[in-house]
Amino acid sequence: MEVLFGLPILGFVFQFLAYLIDAIFTTNLTAQTLQLATPIALGALCGVMNERSGIVNIGIEGMMLTAAFVGFMAAVVVHEAMPVDRGAFFGATPALIVGVLAAIGAGMLVSLLHAWLSISVRADQIISGTVINITALGLTGYLNRLIRPSGSAGTFDTLQLPGELYDLPLIGWILRMFLSSGPITTSVIIFVIVLQIMLFRSRWGLRTRAVGEHPRAADTVGIDVIRVRYRNVILGGVFAGLAGAWLTLEFNASFQNGMSANRGFIALAAVIFGRWTPIGAFGGALLFMVSEALGIAIRSNPPPGDLGVFLSGIQASYPSLYNNFFGALPYLLTLIVLAGVVGRSIPPAAVGQPYVKEGAT
Amino acid sequence: MRFLRRAWALAAVPTVSILLALLLGSLLIIASSLATEKALNLLLPLVAYESLLQGATGLSFIDVTSGAISFAPSINPEQAGRAITNTLAAAAPLVLTGLAVGVGFKAGLFNIGGTGQVLVGGFLAGLVGGVVANQPVPIAVTMAILAGALGGALYGFIPGALKAFTGAHEVVSTIMLNSLASFVIVGLVNDILKIVGPTFARTADVGNAAMPIVFGRNGNLGIFIVLALVALTYVLIYRTPLGFEIRTVGANPSAARYAGMSPRKLIVLTMTLCGMFAGLAGAFEILSLGYYPAVFGTTIGFGGITVALLGRAHPVGILLAALLLGAMRAGAPSMQITAKIPIEIIDVIQGLILLFLAAEAIIRRLIRGRAEKVTPGELGTVSRTYGETTV
Repeated sequence: MEVLFGLPILGFVFQFLAYLIDAIFTTNLTAQTLQLATPIALGALCGVMNERSGIVNIGIEGMMLTAAFVGFMAAVVVHEAMPVDRGAFFGATPALIVGVLAAIGAGMLVSLLHAWLSISVRADQIISGTVINITALGLTGYLNRLIRPSGSAGTFDTLQLPGELYDLPLIGWILRMFLSSGPITTSVIIFVIVLQIMLFRSRWGLRTRAVGEHPRAADTVGIDVIRVRYRNVILGGVFAGLAGAWLTLEFNASFQNGMSANRGFIALAAVIFGRWTPIGAFGGALLFMVSEALGIAIRSNPPPGDLGVFLSGIQASYPSLYNNFFGALPYLLTLIVLAGVVGRSIPPAAVGQPYVKEGAT
Repeated sequence: MRFLRRAWALAAVPTVSILLALLLGSLLIIASSLATEKALNLLLPLVAYESLLQGATGLSFIDVTSGAISFAPSINPEQAGRAITNTLAAAAPLVLTGLAVGVGFKAGLFNIGGTGQVLVGGFLAGLVGGVVANQPVPIAVTMAILAGALGGALYGFIPGALKAFTGAHEVVSTIMLNSLASFVIVGLVNDILKIVGPTFARTADVGNAAMPIVFGRNGNLGIFIVLALVALTYVLIYRTPLGFEIRTVGANPSAARYAGMSPRKLIVLTMTLCGMFAGLAGAFEILSLGYYPAVFGTTIGFGGITVALLGRAHPVGILLAALLLGAMRAGAPSMQITAKIPIEIIDVIQGLILLFLAAEAIIRRLIRGRAEKVTPGELGTVSRTYGETTV
């Protein structure tokens, strides 16, 4: 190994690989990636629910942002009314639970607007999503400035199981790697698996896919296209709402204007990357966000050896550029993957087209 | 009479959307008075919109000085001149970002990368402006503006080429490029390009490359360049073979291909052109400011989407829509002072206008007249081809 590290330039690559392996297996890179990928994965699940039934949803960003604001405000209000001690389960308080429910409600409500515009009004779906993004950014920014919330309800804790479990040989390691996050992050894995099975093994899934691929045929065999689409879009809002809750109740303890930071669009890229399957989209989310997790790891705990010296040198000379480079990484990676891998993906055939029942005007 | 009927048919949906947005906005303002004044103030919307109008045009219709509200139309010529100049100066970059979205619509493309293209254009204009700061004014200004246009064009070319050759959809790729631009530029200014002296990180003064003032306090050259560009864009889109090809590929890409046109070439070309418009907008903003600040929070990129949709992607419509949004931006500060309503209310109203435009089918039914569809037909192409990877 030492020989490889000493090679000119190539040595950096080997040092980086060694650091990466070390980070994956000993430090919390995996848990960190899982956590950062959560809003992307949830947004992507929302996207899959929508697009599989034939509705383009580029408003996920706005849904997340609205849910983040509403959830945060609801939690603050409840927290001020009854400041209770933290519970044992993820440190949950009534305030945090109400906040999550409010965020989900907000996500569903904004989704209802998207459903109404795209399905009933038959507005252009891209425009409907854009309207949601722009209005959400404006309205949350306005209300945040108007109300200036001062307090905070805090955030959920990470999962704490009895200490002995962590001492077990393999199980302890798995628990530390995958189950050391907040409740929303932890539940994402379950959502992904359930939705994957539902989409390809259940009656609901078959109907959803039929409506997204060939609504006319689905209609002919008696599937209510409009109803299936409404249900999917509104249920998709649950995931967008949870992603919003993650922003203000699990990852941060405050709301900032525009804090969704285009995560909703990375989620759209994850949907395309995952070819409209929940598991694929989850993989996309992990892939895009591992860069951010790695950036955080490298900055807090630089690699040893020449590579570390080299990076520290850059950090000392160009601190802002260094930080912003890591900040930009997920977006750059998403762009590159989107351009390079997407070449072979095929969207649901009827995506983006409003459905008009035959004979109806 | 016929002309008027035609004008109403075209303007009906946008006008009703604007009025409904203002109405809904006034309900929000009344609700907001609970937070700002601890009591419901039913007259607050009137006060707010009045000061908005006054700040944007100098016109005043009511007198609210003594608590009671009375109808008293008045105009202060000096203030009006200043206000209208402010409106024009605020509208000019919005026309450009509006064109950056609207011309894309014509080719069936949705360019939501205006923000990034504005940033890159403004950044390059500021950078080149700093270098040529001591050259004679005509040379300095021309070079800085061209740098901005070039920067924006390059930043529009990237998503265009990605879409044409890899199938990466512009709705996602342009947003990624927006984030990318803001991160990288902040880092560059903070670490390499900032000058010693100011309390915040910014690039060097643009000196002689500053936007020349033609009239009033800030009636700059950009306003005239924008007017010329609107005319040129109209000619390009509706009176040239290239414009015909762009519109054909927007209306029906496969028909365009069968007619021997190259959708790939047209997509790259159109996105580059769109980026150039947005880059120019950034250049005008930065050259008016006089330097590029590390943190340049611009909203004209997204404003361009509203402008393009409100102006039904037509150059003249875009001009009118930008004037409206420019007036709102110019009047907002005086509204914030008088009515104590956060300036962000104009972002809300902008979103509401879009909301009603999106629901235009409802509005057309509501007014029952011969109102025409607002949504550019080419947008159907954007939705239909979403997620598709072959051009």
